Amino acid sequence: MADAAPMPPSFQDMILRLHAYWSAQGCLILQPYDMRVGAGTFHTATTLRSLGPEPWNAAYVQPSRRPTDGRYGENPNRLQHYYQYQVIMKPSPARFQELYLGSLFAIGIDPLLHDIRFVEDDWESPTLGAWGLGWEVWCDGMEVSQFTYFQQMGGFDCKPVAGELTYGLERLAMYIQGVDNVYDLRFNDAGTTYGEVFLENERQMSKWNFEVADTDTLFEGFRRAEAECQRAIAAHVPIAAYEQAIEASHLFNLLQARGVISVQERASYMGRVRDCARGSCEAYMARYHDEWAAKFPGWSA
Amino acid sequence: MTADFLLELRSEEIPARMQAGARADLERLFVRALADAGLPAPAITVWSTPRRLALIARDLPLATEAVREELKGPRTSAPPQALDGFLRKTGLTADQLVDRDGVWFAVVEKPGRATAAVLAEAIPAIIRAFPWPKSQRWGADSLSSEAMRWVRPLSGIIALLGGEVVPCAIGGIASGRETMGHRFHHSGVITIDGVDDYAPKLRAAHVIADQAEREAIVRTRAQAVAAEAGLVLVEDEGLVIENAGLTEWPVPLLGRFDEEFLAVPPEVIQLTARVNQKYFIATNPPRTGEGDHAQHGGGASPQAPTLANAFICTANIEAHDGGQAIIAGNRKVLAARLSDARFFWDQDQKTPLAEQAKKLGRITFHEKLGSLADKVARVADLAEWLAKEGIVPGADPAQARLAAELCKADLVTEMVGEFPELQGLMGGYYARAEGLPHAVADAIRDHYKPVGQGDAVPDAPVSVAVALADKLDTLRGFFAIDEKPTGSKDPFALRRAALGVIRIITENRLRLAVAEGDLLTFFADRLKVQQREAGVRHDLIDAVLALGGENDLVRLLARVHALQAFVGTEDGRNLLAGYKRAANILKKETWAPLPQTHEPEAAEAALAEALAAAGPGVDAAIAEEDFTAAMAALASLRAPIDHFFDAVTVNDADANKRANRLALLDLFRAAVHKVSDFSRIEG
Repeated sequence: MADAAPMPPSFQDMILRLHAYWSAQGCLILQPYDMRVGAGTFHTATTLRSLGPEPWNAAYVQPSRRPTDGRYGENPNRLQHYYQYQVIMKPSPARFQELYLGSLFAIGIDPLLHDIRFVEDDWESPTLGAWGLGWEVWCDGMEVSQFTYFQQMGGFDCKPVAGELTYGLERLAMYIQGVDNVYDLRFNDAGTTYGEVFLENERQMSKWNFEVADTDTLFEGFRRAEAECQRAIAAHVPIAAYEQAIEASHLFNLLQARGVISVQERASYMGRVRDCARGSCEAYMARYHDEWAAKFPGWSA
Repeated sequence: MTADFLLELRSEEIPARMQAGARADLERLFVRALADAGLPAPAITVWSTPRRLALIARDLPLATEAVREELKGPRTSAPPQALDGFLRKTGLTADQLVDRDGVWFAVVEKPGRATAAVLAEAIPAIIRAFPWPKSQRWGADSLSSEAMRWVRPLSGIIALLGGEVVPCAIGGIASGRETMGHRFHHSGVITIDGVDDYAPKLRAAHVIADQAEREAIVRTRAQAVAAEAGLVLVEDEGLVIENAGLTEWPVPLLGRFDEEFLAVPPEVIQLTARVNQKYFIATNPPRTGEGDHAQHGGGASPQAPTLANAFICTANIEAHDGGQAIIAGNRKVLAARLSDARFFWDQDQKTPLAEQAKKLGRITFHEKLGSLADKVARVADLAEWLAKEGIVPGADPAQARLAAELCKADLVTEMVGEFPELQGLMGGYYARAEGLPHAVADAIRDHYKPVGQGDAVPDAPVSVAVALADKLDTLRGFFAIDEKPTGSKDPFALRRAALGVIRIITENRLRLAVAEGDLLTFFADRLKVQQREAGVRHDLIDAVLALGGENDLVRLLARVHALQAFVGTEDGRNLLAGYKRAANILKKETWAPLPQTHEPEAAEAALAEALAAAGPGVDAAIAEEDFTAAMAALASLRAPIDHFFDAVTVNDADANKRANRLALLDLFRAAVHKVSDFSRIEG
């Protein structure tokens, strides 16, 4: 950052500022979901809570795992484990864009010094049966966030629509700290770097993801998660079913990283994950449908 | 009395690619709404920015014309049901009807309506009916299924007629006179008095409402910043429009990237800059003498200007540091993307294409047609055969085979994985980098060509062989498994492949039997479509095809061209008329051959003689594929056939005479058919 601007926030301070900002906007500040997921969207606070008519405002950090993005700690901006900052507001507030821009200002981005732009980018997750319209937000040509108005989740129309923000925290931090290598990020203001916290993790997990993980165990885990998901759906515990769907999704990602799923099989596995996720969402809707319909006149599934 | 009207529909950022369509739709829907109310189409201006659609209509009448309408009803003597029906239809009572000479008339007076009232109804209706390619719901209202939709959340409506607010509301948004300026350069609302202060007040708030003006700024400033750096902008009108659609206050800025990235092929740099970042690029000015940056020859002609290490991004703000931070940020993003590209470029070159090609076995071409490796093997056999047989003259069979074996290898490279649109081109670069012959590298690069109608057709022999073999294999394969295009469905782009084959064959004048059966019919259909644009009559193509078995496209077209020239002449038209007359007679009559028992009449003898003379001439000309000469030989039959019909009665009472004359006409028809089936010719 140029000018006589104060020192940009460390990685952890940036998170604390976002928490303080979104808390002040009425969001619950939640903790990460305690399972391995590929994106903040998988947190039940986004998927399941975006279903149904009840208002819901929450923000949280979600560790996100993308096994195939692992580079053994040798690539300056690709990681198999990174953090997303996720905000979900339902119904989407009228001034959602202004609120978002306020959050950028809160972490030190001056919109008259940096070029901030909303560039068309629609979002779709076939796995979750979800899609929305929105933008990727550019700051000086770099995508710093994804901004989405959810239209469907789990195959259901979002009534009302939830607004979702996803910030890629490492990338954003690299930008505001002016750092070219993720491992050089200041994690705090006391001299600890991101590399000291995570470099070894990236090396070991990349090796495990690509070379070590036992594929028979992964295949077996996938089958079990899928079966357990169906059992949970039958037992009317959709949250438990959904957890098994995300488990299956992550195991599929690991199998991909191990390179043991052929192009032809890929679509079939994705279909199985989708069936689990959609089935869970359907069960969730079924469970609360009557209660919601009674509480919210004019609402229907 | 007239007044000017201003409409502004303010929203969150409208995708740049949708703005031109939205302007046209807004104008169309507005004019139609006026027309429905009986108002004439006014002079209209439509503007768009990322955050607003605006329409200005000049000189609208303040009210619609009063209309007096008379409806004729039943006779006064008609049964009461008829009268009841008429009253229901008009919504009147019997005492309001007028009796004119025994017929009921309803006189309906429609008073003029205030234009403001018309607009107040029309605006919400236009918003509701707006045909966005994709639209969404938002906010608390989206609890209901009936919530309004817009491309992105709609945040405000200005509707002013003669400076007065036209009151209307939709989805909780009421019309007014307030708008917002630039997102960062202006805060607070702007109050608009009317049509005339709209654009000036927005301009004062750092918003240029007119997209044409923003486009002009992007165009000229991008050129200017390039020129100030001693460079030449690579013009790109698509990028001009896109950047103008992404900004309300466009500010082109030039940055530099590390010269080392110029080692990467220029197409890669341009694509990275354009597609991912919406940047313009620039070239070094034309220079004489040596000393330019080392460049890859690739697809560029030797005189092509060299790419400069510069990019031009278009910011949406007048930054208070003059844009230095913006340039620095963008440079960093581009550097990251170019490092990826250079990594791919270096990485890909570590593996020879022959090694890469082995991985094609893992990629399914089509479940019934095997892997891409299987396809490549077929293409290699075919390309080699085309060269060996001399069908593609001058093509070295070994080179054709090699190029075909490697032509798909770049599909498994990192670069093409990242930029699929570079397929072929990268294969060519990598082949050259490996030291393969230029003919092979060129053939790999160009084997997808021609891609579109305007795309060039390969003419280097090895390139021709591989490009033709690839497309023919695709067509034969999909036809063999009965995956033919139907209606608008052509998932494997077979029409494009067939058109490519037709152009490669005809433009290079290649002689081969292109196909048979269904596939030949498919080629014939594509040929008709393609030739129609060249002014060739489809019925003439049919006339030649009807002879059957013509699967040599070059010969087919030569015949068609000669035929088209011939039927345009007087001889041709008359011969056609004679032919049709003969054919009609032959269609109606049946006869068995009978011996010649009489002296032929003069005209009869003359026709027989002319046929005997013309027959060998036509045959010889056709054998030599001199179809113009064949037509000329046929033309010699024109006078005798005309004379024959004038002087001879075919249906003579004498059975022998009749049979001999019908047989003569049959010979005439057969002679004509050597050239084409004239019965297919229209007119």
